[in-house]
Amino acid sequence: MTLSPSCSLPLRHDTVQLAHGGGGRLMRELIEQVFAAAFDNPVLAARHDSAVVPVEAARLAMTTDSYVVDPLFFPGGDIGKLAVVGTVNDLCMAGAEPAYLTAGFVLEEGLPIDHLVRIVRSMADACSESGVTIVTGDTKVVDRGRGHGVYVNTAGVGWLRDGIDVRPSRIRPGDAVLLSGDVGRHGVAVMSVRAGLELGTDLESDCAPLAGPVRALIEAGVDLHCLRDLTRGGLASALAELCLDAGVDVEIDEASVPVHDAVRGAAELLGLDPLYIANEGRMVVIVPRDDADRALQLLRGCPVSSGSVAIGCVSEKRRAFGLVSARGAFGGLRPLALQSGEQLPRIC
Amino acid sequence: MKLVDEFRDPALAQRCAESIARVVTRPWRIMEVCGGQTHSIVRFGIDQLLPSQVSLIHGPGCPVCVTPLEMIDRAIAVAERPSVILCSFGDMLRVPGSRSDLLGAKSRGADVRVVYSPLDALAVARTTPDRQVVFFAVGFETTAPAIAMVAHLALSEGVRNFSLLVSHVLVPPALLAILSDPEGKVDAFIAAGHVCTVMGLDEYRPIAERYKVPIVATGFEPLDLLQGILMCVEQLEGGRHEVENQYARSVAEHGNPEARRMVESVFEVVPRKWRGIGEIPESGLGLRAAYRSLDAEHRFELGDTRAEEPAECHSGRVLRGLEKPADCPAFGTRCTPEHPLGATMVSSEGACAAYFTYRRPVA
Repeated sequence: MTLSPSCSLPLRHDTVQLAHGGGGRLMRELIEQVFAAAFDNPVLAARHDSAVVPVEAARLAMTTDSYVVDPLFFPGGDIGKLAVVGTVNDLCMAGAEPAYLTAGFVLEEGLPIDHLVRIVRSMADACSESGVTIVTGDTKVVDRGRGHGVYVNTAGVGWLRDGIDVRPSRIRPGDAVLLSGDVGRHGVAVMSVRAGLELGTDLESDCAPLAGPVRALIEAGVDLHCLRDLTRGGLASALAELCLDAGVDVEIDEASVPVHDAVRGAAELLGLDPLYIANEGRMVVIVPRDDADRALQLLRGCPVSSGSVAIGCVSEKRRAFGLVSARGAFGGLRPLALQSGEQLPRIC
Repeated sequence: MKLVDEFRDPALAQRCAESIARVVTRPWRIMEVCGGQTHSIVRFGIDQLLPSQVSLIHGPGCPVCVTPLEMIDRAIAVAERPSVILCSFGDMLRVPGSRSDLLGAKSRGADVRVVYSPLDALAVARTTPDRQVVFFAVGFETTAPAIAMVAHLALSEGVRNFSLLVSHVLVPPALLAILSDPEGKVDAFIAAGHVCTVMGLDEYRPIAERYKVPIVATGFEPLDLLQGILMCVEQLEGGRHEVENQYARSVAEHGNPEARRMVESVFEVVPRKWRGIGEIPESGLGLRAAYRSLDAEHRFELGDTRAEEPAECHSGRVLRGLEKPADCPAFGTRCTPEHPLGATMVSSEGACAAYFTYRRPVA
């Protein structure tokens, strides 16, 4: 028997029960009325143990990520949007066209069903914005107190066009380093909810899919050497990792990195460095210097990367340590290394 | 951004540095007391803008760095009790005690929470009446008023499951200790603007007079610091030794009377051990008898433990201004933020951390 996703029996509970993960009627009800209702597509509708999908390219990009963000809802997004966007962006960073996602949920007994519905709907919206479909999924329920409301894992598959080769080892001295917008919004938005900081602003997370700008760059034939989305650890950590992996140095001009006033204010107050604060919708784009202007124009043409700027360039590896360095307003260079652990707010 | 950008103007900074160069005729050693100022100096490269005659010496004004080892051990011991929630400012969590740090205790099951204000810790106590909530009260005069306020509220509201593990320290006794150190060579002090915002300038006058040393209350932005340095150099070159106020937009002559009254009503001056320096008489704040019921050391009978610093760590000499972080043989090799030997490598205001973050060779 196949239930149509539009079949909308009312759910019998307003919170998640252990039985919602038990494989019985309640679980089927949850799948039909929450997940299938939001993610409706022909592959999912086949209700098979595995999703069977056509392959449209000779090479696939695959990635997976787990999402445990606290709080589940924050200004500009929630764990569901993050779970789609994060995995989509990881596919994009390989130069792939994102196609299919899987979604695994670990639900905590007692989670309000309307929270789950909000999360799942926001995943569906992020999927349509990114041009991907969720083709298979899984749900488990853990005892109350043994989870944090909901954890989400997504895995993703994307297609690679012939000739696309985007990876750290293609970075060359002389390449330009472009940044797709201002930094630090996600970290500050989440921190403000977590800590109850009242920043007196409507700052939102930058959480957004980067499929649009990457597609624009690839379709225009820009020679993308490397792409890297900025997540935990921020711009500085992303660049430091790329330098280590590619065996090059990068110098950026700190004054050229856009930072929203509310992010700067919060960073000053808490003693944090905006270059190390988390983002969820920003990337660095590394291209040959001759392609830089054209790439910037293309990036600025997409809403999500309309604030793109050139921030620096790649040079030969020549330093003992401190591979990435930032030139400050007073002319001095400071090293941007991988940081040890998370940034902790200071006393005074 | 208002109140930031105008104090970071590179052209003005350059002009201020030129003024210092015009005034200076011989070598001077100026100590910035506060770790926040040290970070600004190193981050913006203020020291590199100065004429070679002016050297900056980094002072002991990092509350995390000077909190004694045994106090960290006591905080960990309290946190490890099953009934306790230990609330702390964020950057205390990675500071090494003699065997572990608070993050380590947390990973072993202790309930350790970062709060942004002591009031948040009191709120935790109100909402979890079945647990003992302890706030790790560290800092200089800057954080003392907020902590005094919380003690006052806890007592007047009768919040019985709230207590304070107090390790508060005071700036003027530290200046006296540095000035009376036979090895010390400080010609002038950049005093911490936020401490003076609370306390005012009165208590610095006898020090300036007795030791013939200029003291300038100074802010934290690059232009504040450059102007504070200029004011020190002008005094030194003119043979003056006065208390001056560079940070007039925040510091009033007598400080914040309301905040001072609050501190005075809750705390009394006590001797305090400083990490890396040793015991300094009348250099700390302890709870007055009326607030003794809020003292976590009494409530949990923590006893008088003693602990020794690793011999390899030079943080005591760094904190007294006798060495720069890079003079320590362990700096950046056996001592890094991942494996710190001393607190100065961990705290966001520690001098060693500032040099590690901003000043390792990059060219």
